[in-house]
Amino acid sequence: MSSFFLPAATLWQREMLRFWRQKSRVMTVVASPLIFWLLIGYGSGDVARYYSGTLVLTVMFSAIFSTISIIEDRREGFLLSMLVSPAPRTSLVLGKILGAATLGWIQGLMLLVFAPLAGVNIGPVQVLWVAAAMFLISFALTGLGFAIAWKMDSTAAFHGIMMLLLVPMWMVSGALFPMATAHGWVKAIMWINPMTYSVSLLNYTLGLPNAVPGPMESLAITAAFGLALLLASGMLAAQKSTS
Amino acid sequence: MIQVQNLTHRYGDRVALSNVSFEVKKGEIFGLLGPNGGGKSTLFRILSTMMAPTEGHAVIAGHDVEREPGAVRREVGVVFQTQSLDKALTVEENLRAQGHLHGLSGAVLRERMSRAMERLGLMDRRKDIVETLSGGLRRRVEIAKALLHRPKVLLMDEASSGLDPAARSDLSRHLESLREHEGATILLTTHILDEADRCDRLALLHQGNIVAQGSSSELRARIGGDVVILETADSQSLAAKIEQRFGLHPVARDGEVRVEMPNGHRFIAEVVEAFPGAVESVSLHKPTLEDVFIRETGAALE
Repeated sequence: MSSFFLPAATLWQREMLRFWRQKSRVMTVVASPLIFWLLIGYGSGDVARYYSGTLVLTVMFSAIFSTISIIEDRREGFLLSMLVSPAPRTSLVLGKILGAATLGWIQGLMLLVFAPLAGVNIGPVQVLWVAAAMFLISFALTGLGFAIAWKMDSTAAFHGIMMLLLVPMWMVSGALFPMATAHGWVKAIMWINPMTYSVSLLNYTLGLPNAVPGPMESLAITAAFGLALLLASGMLAAQKSTS
Repeated sequence: MIQVQNLTHRYGDRVALSNVSFEVKKGEIFGLLGPNGGGKSTLFRILSTMMAPTEGHAVIAGHDVEREPGAVRREVGVVFQTQSLDKALTVEENLRAQGHLHGLSGAVLRERMSRAMERLGLMDRRKDIVETLSGGLRRRVEIAKALLHRPKVLLMDEASSGLDPAARSDLSRHLESLREHEGATILLTTHILDEADRCDRLALLHQGNIVAQGSSSELRARIGGDVVILETADSQSLAAKIEQRFGLHPVARDGEVRVEMPNGHRFIAEVVEAFPGAVESVSLHKPTLEDVFIRETGAALE
C-alpha cells in the first residue's frame, strides 16, 4: 500500500515545493487571464459574462505549464529517476496529476477574490461548491495536458497543440459566448467540447446565468472527462518503450 | 552480477547494437568505452530498464531486464548522463523524494540519507538548493541518490561527463571506496581514457559491436611494445614503404602513419635514415587504450 501512495504523495509534495519556490510563475498564470477578462469584460460592458471562462482559462494555463515540464523532465530531470524506480507508473501519474491539479486549483481560487467585480457575492457554503467544481476542472485539464505531453519529444510540438487545440477548445466552451445563442456547426462542436461543461459547471456554482447544458450534465461530464484522462494517462505511462 | 547475451537493438532499420555479449562479476568496476554513437547509450537504456531490446537478453542480479523490470529496478541504482535532480529542491529534499519512490520512509530513510551524504561528502551541503551547486557536487548528489536503496549494481552513463579533471579523480575515489565498503558492482560508460583505465575490466564498443574485452593492461599488451607515430605529408606511400622495407604493419591515417613494434626507439633511427625528408615529426609512446581502439577499429575515440 505504502509503495503506491508514498511515491504519489512525494510527487504531489514536490509540485507544491517547486510552486512555492517559483512564485513568479503565479503571476504569469493568474495575471494574463485576469487582464483578458478585465479588457473584454469592461470593453463589452458585461463583466459577469466572462468570469467563469476566465477561471477556466487560468486553470488551463496552469495545467499547460505543469504538464509541459513533463517533456523536459523525462529527458533531463527528475522524471528520469522515477522511470527507473520500482514505484508503479500509475502511482507516478496520479501523484503528478494531483500535484499539478492542486496548483491550477490554488491559482483559480486566487481569482475568486475578484468575484465581486462580476457581481458575484459568494457565501461560505457556496465557496465550497465553487472550490470543488474548480478542483474537478483542474484535475480534468491536467489529465488532458498529461496525456498530450507524455508521448511528445519537444515542447515546441506542445505549443502547437496548445494553440491549435486547447485555446480553440476554450474559445468555444461558452467562455466567450453562450452555447444557447451559438450558430450551426460551432454549436455542434460546443456540444462535444468537454470544456463547455466545465464553464457551465462554474456558472451554476457561482450562480451566474446558464441555459444549456444542465447542472447535473455539467457535473457528470466534467467528472467523466477527468476520470477518462486519468486512465488514459496511466495507460500511456505504463507502455513499454522500444526507442 | 550482470550477464548480457547476444543483445541486438534496432531503431527502425538502423542497427544500434549488434549481438553484444559480456559479463560483469560481483564487486567489479566494468567500463564500456567507445565514441558517442557507438551504442553505449542504447546499451545503458536497455540495462536500466528504460527500453526493451529488439533481441537477446540482459540479466542483472538474477532478473531479466525485459521480463522483470520491477525486480531489476529494486537492485539497480542508475546515474544518468543528464541531470536527474530537481534543481528547485535542496539536496536533502531530492534524496528524500528518491527514497519515497523506493518505498523508504521514516527512520530508515533518514539513516540511509545521512549515510549516503557522508559517503559522498555532502553533509555540509544538505540544505543547499541543487541549482546553486557546482557540476561536481551535483554529480555526487546523483550518486548519493542512486545509492539510497542499497542497490547491488550501480549503472553510470558517462560517469564523469561535464566534470573537470580534479572532480573526475575525486569521483573515481568515491567509486573505489563504494566498491570496497559496500561491495557494489559498478558498470559505467565512458569515452574518457583515464576513466576507462581505472576500471577493472573494459569492453570496447564500436558501431554497436564489442571489438575487444579485457583489463586495461591486457588490452594494451595486445600491442607489442611501443607505438610510433610518424607525421608525414603522404601517409599512404610512407606506410607502403615501411611495410615493404621493415615487414611491419603500419596504419596510414590522415597526415600520420602509426606503427606498433617492440623497441620503437631503434626503429625511429632506422626509419628516419631510410626515408630522408619523408618524416616531418616523430613520437613514441607506450600503448594507450586509444591505440587499442584505433588498432581494432581503424577509427579514433573522439
